[in-house]
Formats: sequence, structure tokens, C-alpha cells
Amino acid sequence: MVWFRRKDEAAEAKGKKVVIAEGLWIKCDSCKEIVYRAEVERAGRVCPKCRYAFRITAHERIAHLIDHGTFEERDTAVVPGDPLGFKDTKRYRDRVRAARDKTGTTEAVVTGVGRLAGFPVVLAAFEFAYLGGSMGSAVGEKLTRMIELAIAKHLPVIIVSASGGARMQEGILSLMQMAKTSAALQRLGEQGLPFISLLTDPTTGGVTASFAMLGDVILAEPRALIGFAGPRVIAETIRQPLPEGFQRSEFLLEHGQLDLIVERGQLRDTLRRLLAFFADQPTSG
Amino acid sequence: MPDTLDFEEPLLELETRIAELQALDDPAQREEIGKLEERLQRLRQKVFSSLTAWQTTQVARHPRRPHTRDFCKLLFEDFIELHGDRLFGDDPAIVAGLARFENQSVVVIGHQKGRETREKISRNFGMPHPEGYRKALRLMQLAEKFRKPIITFIDTPGAYPGIAAEERGQAEAIARNLREMSALRVPVVAVVTGEGGSGGALAIGVGNRVLMLRYAVYSVISPEGCAAILWGDAAKASEAAEIMKITATDLQRLGVIDEVVPEPAGGAHRDWDVTALNLKAVLADHLRALRGKTEAALVNERYERFRRIGAFEEEFRPSA
Ligand SMILES: [Zn+2]
Repeated sequence: MVWFRRKDEAAEAKGKKVVIAEGLWIKCDSCKEIVYRAEVERAGRVCPKCRYAFRITAHERIAHLIDHGTFEERDTAVVPGDPLGFKDTKRYRDRVRAARDKTGTTEAVVTGVGRLAGFPVVLAAFEFAYLGGSMGSAVGEKLTRMIELAIAKHLPVIIVSASGGARMQEGILSLMQMAKTSAALQRLGEQGLPFISLLTDPTTGGVTASFAMLGDVILAEPRALIGFAGPRVIAETIRQPLPEGFQRSEFLLEHGQLDLIVERGQLRDTLRRLLAFFADQPTSG
Repeated sequence: MPDTLDFEEPLLELETRIAELQALDDPAQREEIGKLEERLQRLRQKVFSSLTAWQTTQVARHPRRPHTRDFCKLLFEDFIELHGDRLFGDDPAIVAGLARFENQSVVVIGHQKGRETREKISRNFGMPHPEGYRKALRLMQLAEKFRKPIITFIDTPGAYPGIAAEERGQAEAIARNLREMSALRVPVVAVVTGEGGSGGALAIGVGNRVLMLRYAVYSVISPEGCAAILWGDAAKASEAAEIMKITATDLQRLGVIDEVVPEPAGGAHRDWDVTALNLKAVLADHLRALRGKTEAALVNERYERFRRIGAFEEEFRPSA
């Protein structure tokens, strides 16, 4: 399956080549099996043993989901400030610059409008490699603007999350983005516009505890880590080993916290069918 | 006294000396006692006007500090506690109920820490499970149905990080509260009274007004948690507290807090009555100001209040 229809374009957009690491074999992040790299790539970067969907960049995600040539990115100029003058072992400003150089994105989320199988949508994809996909003021602002844009243009919203949660370096202002984005989604819902939330590995903390769990439909990729508290924090708190599969997509589905687990190869079609449903159109192929 | 914080010790020494002299009941000592009391007053002002962020955190967590149930007694008449989320259980880490405040019916919700060991455990140290947040939401919706203002008290280390909490949807419970609170058609005033621990605090904190006691703290992560991440050492919490900007004055500057409620010098734990009087006056002011507003204004102003919060930059982009 060739699922990066425009791999070169995605690579260019990031300002550097997609890194296909050397070596024929790689270790799966989830089941720890050694698997044949070409087979993983062919499957859209999915482990052939456990179906875990490897992390991909925001632009790869957009290239996968959005109709070729239709994506218009928005608010690339909205970038982090440094409201606290935060410095630990490094300055926050330096961390931001390094993250931008490394990922080619100007924040931890890429937002814009495009078409998915012909349906116009507003879409956001998180870039986990940018400071762990963390949400600070600029991320909250970009998401809120895009939800407000969806309201103005009467469009559905899709957010693909991959985030460690609120960004510590912006302190309380990061926390407040949870309220801001959730309030914007309330307004979207009041207009009868759907929000589809796709949870990918990993989605935790303040992102899960705000917009990510507020989807009218909540989807997840297989074996993604999804939770409020991180597993390490929980293990330290309860001083017990965590059960097998804890906080993975399958665990959340079993406990009624998700609507559907969708393999990456089926994702675009599942989203198309959902969008068709909300647009009151036939949902079959 | 085990509850004494290290920076309170010089104050305690003076207090002990004054008490000893008073016990002598000797008129000749009266002048000396007066002098010592003056010194104590000055020293207390000095210590408490320049607390570090970490010292403030310790005051905010002080076991003798008034908790939600104490404030219910001090501020309200006829508090009737209501229990349960109608879904799973009753979470003792959140207290909620009906009360009268300044001749007006109000709904009150707050985190509840314990004071003695047994109560601390039964209250889970003020760290709610999802059913606590769902009870809170149930009571907020009751308030909305009957057009009663909502007052919340924030005082938690955070939402509980445990297996059962995750199974029952801790993240969803918090997220839902954030969304639903944003649209409540009644006045909502939130007060950070002690420890505002991250999402578990914010989940009852989406108010038209957010007030904060002078020595309360409010942060995205605990100073210990921040220090563990930054330096792999929770013992560096005092440094972390400083750089995170978590005190009432810092948060007012950042636009997160509308008003700082004064505490007596020495902190709320030294004088509950004065603390309650101060809070009562400020709360009454804000409720009065919100009372005349239309439902649409309440919802819109609350939206705009949170919509504005944040600090980012916009780079110049020459138009294409
Ligand atoms: Zn695997």
C-alpha cells in the first residue's frame, strides 16, 4: 500500500528529508519484536506483529488523510512566546528554536483547512517531535482559532492528537488552554457541527483531559498510549505494577472510553464514512 | 508543634516567650509583654510579606488551613451536603451541596482534603476520582436548572493518578466539566483557597470570576513534579516553584486571577475568622456584580475571559 501519496511534498514541507533510518530491521516500540522495516513501511508504518501504528509527523499525517493539494495551513505565524522567562538547564526559547529546527513546524500542532475524500474539513495534527506535542499558549490559540474558523465556515473538525499534555514551560497559561479549547468545542457543538477526535500514540495529560476526550466520535489507533496520568506517575503513586495493556487503546475501548479502534490502513475510509454520515450522505464506498 | 513551618519558628519562639510571661501574671512584666507583642507583629508582617513561592506552597498546604467544609461553616448558613454522581459512587474528595449566602440560595462545590490521618485517607488527600467531578457537574446542572449561582473552592494536589480513575475516565470527566462549565447560564465564582493542582483543580474552576487567597498556589504541575522532570530530583521543588510562577500575585499579573483575597499576616491557618470575613466580602462583591447580568452575558463573558488567556507571538509574514 502506497499511502504517502506525496512523500516528497511532505518531506519538503518539513524542510528536510523524511528520516528512513538505516538498517533493514527495526524494533517495534510497542511489542518490542524485531520486524522487517520494508514491511512496516509498506503497511503505512504499522507493526506487522502487533498492529501498533508507529508515530508519524504532522505533515505525514496530513498527507495521509487529506486530498492531495487541498490542504491550506493556517496560523503558521502563531508561535510560542516566553511569558515566564523560563529557564531550567536550557532556556525555553532555545528549546523552542531547537524543536522548530528539528521538526520544520512552527509549533506542536499544524492546523488548516482541506478536503478529505472530497469533504471540506478543518483539521489539526499534532507534531509529537516538537516538545512532546505539548500544549502551550500558541497551541491553544491555534486550535481555538481553527475551531472558530470551522464555526464561521460551517465545517466539521478533526483533531489528530499526539501529546504529552500541557507545556510546563508556560506554567499556568498552558493549563488555561484546556478550558479555552474545550469552551470553543462547546460552541462548535451548539452550531450542530461535528468534532471527530483521533487519539494516537501517545495522548496523555492536559490534552486528553480537554479537547481530545470531547469528540462526538472518538477514534484511536491500535495500541496507542492514552490516559490522564502517565503510567510512571501512576506506578509511583500506587506502588504496584500496572496491569498488562493498561492505558492502551484496547483497554480504553473495553472500559467504554472510546468509540472505535481503527487501523491506520482503514483510517481515511473510516473518516470519510463518518463525514458522509454527518453530511447526511450514503456512507458506503 | 509538628505543624510549624520552618520559617514560622522565630515567630513561635516569640509567642512561647509571651505566653510564659503572661503565665507569671506579674504586673511588672506588662511592659515587656507589650514590647514582645509589637516585635512579634512586626516580624510576622516581615516574614509573610516576603514569602518565597515554595514557602507560600507550604502555607497553602498547611494542615490547619481552612478547607472547603470549614469555609462552608464560616461563610454560609444552612449548608446541606448532597452526595453521589448517580453513576458509580460518592467521592469524599469533593464536597458539594446547597447553602445560603447573604440571603441568597447558592450551590457550593469544593475539593476536600482531610486534616487528621484517618480523614486524609478517607478523603484521598483531596484527590478526586472521576465520580467526584461527575458529582460536581451534577450539582452545577442542578444550580443551572434552578437559576442559582455556583461557588467553587479549589484545594487539591490534583486529580488522582490511579488505575480505577483511568478505567472510569478521569480525563473525560475533567474534559466534560471544562466544556459544560463554559456554557452554564448562571454566575460561577471559583476561589482557589489552597492548592490548585493542575487539571484536577481547573475541572471546577471555569468561573466568570476566579479569585485566589493570598497564600494559595495554582499551577500546571506540582513543584515536586516539575523538579522531577527538569532535574530528576523532586527535592529541587523550591527552585521549580519559583520559576513556574504559581503565587496569587504572579497569576494576577498573568491574567489568570481576577482578585487576590487578603489573608491575615501569619496565613489563613492562624486566623480562620479573619480569613472568612475577607473572603465573604470579596465573594459578595463579585456575586452582586454578576447578579444583574443576562444569561447570554454570563456565558459570553466567561468564554471571553478564558479566550483571552495565553501569551504567544505572531511573526510577521509578508503576504503571499
Ligand atoms: Zn509490534
